[in-house]
Amino acid sequence: MNKILLVLKREFLSRVQKKTFLLVTIGLPVLIFGIYAAIFYFSVNSTSSTKIMVVDDAGLFKDTIATNSKDVVYQFTHGVGKSELEQKAKNKDIDGYIVIPAGATLDDQINLITGSKIGIMTRQTITSAIQARLEKLKMDALPISQDLLKKAKTENKVDIVNVNDKNDSGMRAGVSYGVGIFCGILIYMILLLYGTSVMRGVMEEKVSRIAEIVVSSIKPFQLMMGKILGIGAVGLLQFLIWIVLGVGLRLILIPILFPEAAHMVASGTMGAASGPAGDMAGIMQALSTINFPLIITMFFVYFLGGYLLYASLFAAIGCSVSDGQQDAQGLQLPITLPIIIGFVIMMQAVNDPTSGLAVFGSIFPLTSPIVMMARVTQGVPDAVSWWELTISILLLFGSFIFTTWFAGKIYRTGILMYGKKPTWKELIKWALRKN
Amino acid sequence: MAILELSHLKKYYATQKAVDDVSFSIEPGQIFGLLGPNGAGKTTLLRMITGIFYPDEGHINFNGQKFDPENDIQKIGYMPEERGLYKKMKIGDQAMFLARLKGLSHTEALSKIKYWFERLEMQSWWDKKVEDLSKGMSQKLQFVITVLHEPKLIILDEPFSGLDPVNANLIKDQIFELAQKGSTIIFSTHRMEQVEEICDQIALINLGKKVLDGKVSDIRQQYKENLYELKIDRDAASIAPSGIFEPVNQADNKMIVRIHENHTGNDLLRYFLDQNIQVQHFGEILPSLNEIFIRLVHGTNAVTRSFHNI
Repeated sequence: MNKILLVLKREFLSRVQKKTFLLVTIGLPVLIFGIYAAIFYFSVNSTSSTKIMVVDDAGLFKDTIATNSKDVVYQFTHGVGKSELEQKAKNKDIDGYIVIPAGATLDDQINLITGSKIGIMTRQTITSAIQARLEKLKMDALPISQDLLKKAKTENKVDIVNVNDKNDSGMRAGVSYGVGIFCGILIYMILLLYGTSVMRGVMEEKVSRIAEIVVSSIKPFQLMMGKILGIGAVGLLQFLIWIVLGVGLRLILIPILFPEAAHMVASGTMGAASGPAGDMAGIMQALSTINFPLIITMFFVYFLGGYLLYASLFAAIGCSVSDGQQDAQGLQLPITLPIIIGFVIMMQAVNDPTSGLAVFGSIFPLTSPIVMMARVTQGVPDAVSWWELTISILLLFGSFIFTTWFAGKIYRTGILMYGKKPTWKELIKWALRKN
Repeated sequence: MAILELSHLKKYYATQKAVDDVSFSIEPGQIFGLLGPNGAGKTTLLRMITGIFYPDEGHINFNGQKFDPENDIQKIGYMPEERGLYKKMKIGDQAMFLARLKGLSHTEALSKIKYWFERLEMQSWWDKKVEDLSKGMSQKLQFVITVLHEPKLIILDEPFSGLDPVNANLIKDQIFELAQKGSTIIFSTHRMEQVEEICDQIALINLGKKVLDGKVSDIRQQYKENLYELKIDRDAASIAPSGIFEPVNQADNKMIVRIHENHTGNDLLRYFLDQNIQVQHFGEILPSLNEIFIRLVHGTNAVTRSFHNI
């Protein structure tokens, strides 16, 4: 045990002390967050607006075009000459102009003449604003009461209520869908990244022939376990840093970017809110109804179980090749395949967490770390029953013990075997051989 | 009491018998040469002694007791033929890591590393990485790592390959000193001149079987062909064969003769004295280990075997 710790410590320190570790662990999420924050910030607090001058000589619009976007400003005038407008558009004082000649009717075509390029989104906004305004004016002219018209146009509210879970609102389903996909993808990436990291580490030890020196001091199994646990510890540290960073960024960035949203979450008054800030608050509210302690616990359970299961298999691959990456590729496929299949099932499971495929995928140990994460976020015991969860975890840890034993046997033989690449048949023979 | 005793050790692979019924024993403080052509089974044998492989049959006694790999490997230092070190790790950290794997505490390991680094003039290497070292330098480091924990049994597989004569002598002196201090050394090689120079006792392995073992001097006696070298005061070509000897080779005033059985060197000398021929030089020629090695191994399929090493 003590020896495993020594190997673990070496693996851990040799990775953590590298400059690239800090770069990847802190730089990468900050960069990603930064880019997202910037996109968000600029899309919400955009300052550039399109100025449209409306020369309404017919009084068609009655000096208003309702706009729900700050991006477009309509400026109403009368009696401005065409050449003057053209000049203004050329000078970019205005982005475009609409001329409604005297005597025009509500059914006439509206021409927008622009001086600068207008984006497709803005065009859409302008078109629909003008159409809505004209529709409203046409309706006003109809011989029915405005109240009746309004009543007919009101959309009926459709609410979905889950009898088993009062918190299962539409918003929450969307958010837990997002969290589920996020967790599933995270585990998927962990399995592939840290798994191949273990494989490369084992390969490096074998190719540099240090393995023989080490196994003359400790058992091959201890070397393998030390390596797997060491890299796992690096992964855990990385996650802790990310969680701290994530919480920190959430606490610092959101109040800066969306002061209203943070305030509303704090005071719990979000019902009346509308617009982007209201959406944000709604998401926040939905996030707060998700059982995060359970999800985080499950995340670590499946992270550890899945990682240990796959890492030992990757170690077995790493020790059986002696010629670097090329050789490893062919042997790697049977191990990366279930991870990819798990990912595919996961994408299906977030949509329908109780389907047969999703249940199978979340119990079968080779895919369960990815698939179960996507289901657990939808709620226990709504989407996943407690017995499914228990069986899934037990199977996962049982299989991890099996693959570690299996890999340990292959490792013992493989780590000192040089020459031609073994086939899977030979690998299994190594595993079944006595010592 | 023997420090290491192998009895009827066997290790079979799917396609061949890598080690086939090998027995010998080594006394403490000896320098023992394990010889054999490529693919003879030396490495497999050494891996069984270092606890990396378990024998299929037979047993190993270490220090008078049944070999217990778990604990006894702490008392063994093994330098494999294919040297290996972590390329990106600092040399000091590396030595510390491997010493601690051998069960030394941090402080113990530190003082031993300092002692050996000083002895082999490597103090300034501590913060360097292995990838910055030359081949000879990493060889020295490898040697230090092997002997750092003061093992009772030191196993060196081709320790001098890649070393210049100065460093080779340096390591050789260390080996002698370790043996004097009571360590037993197994020295695996196919460089015979080194064996004659260093080893007290040898075993020759071929095709997985032990071909011979014993003291170097005894073996050379055993394989001698009664050849003597003579230098006389006249042309050697004038000497005719007699009942006592026959010339094998003659040049100027030197000759090599083979003495017939039941005769000794004294009979030969007496013959020359009686002939009144002055003998300026007289000596027995013992076969070199190299000759014995080639004689024993030649003609077996030793070379082809080294190809299908699984």
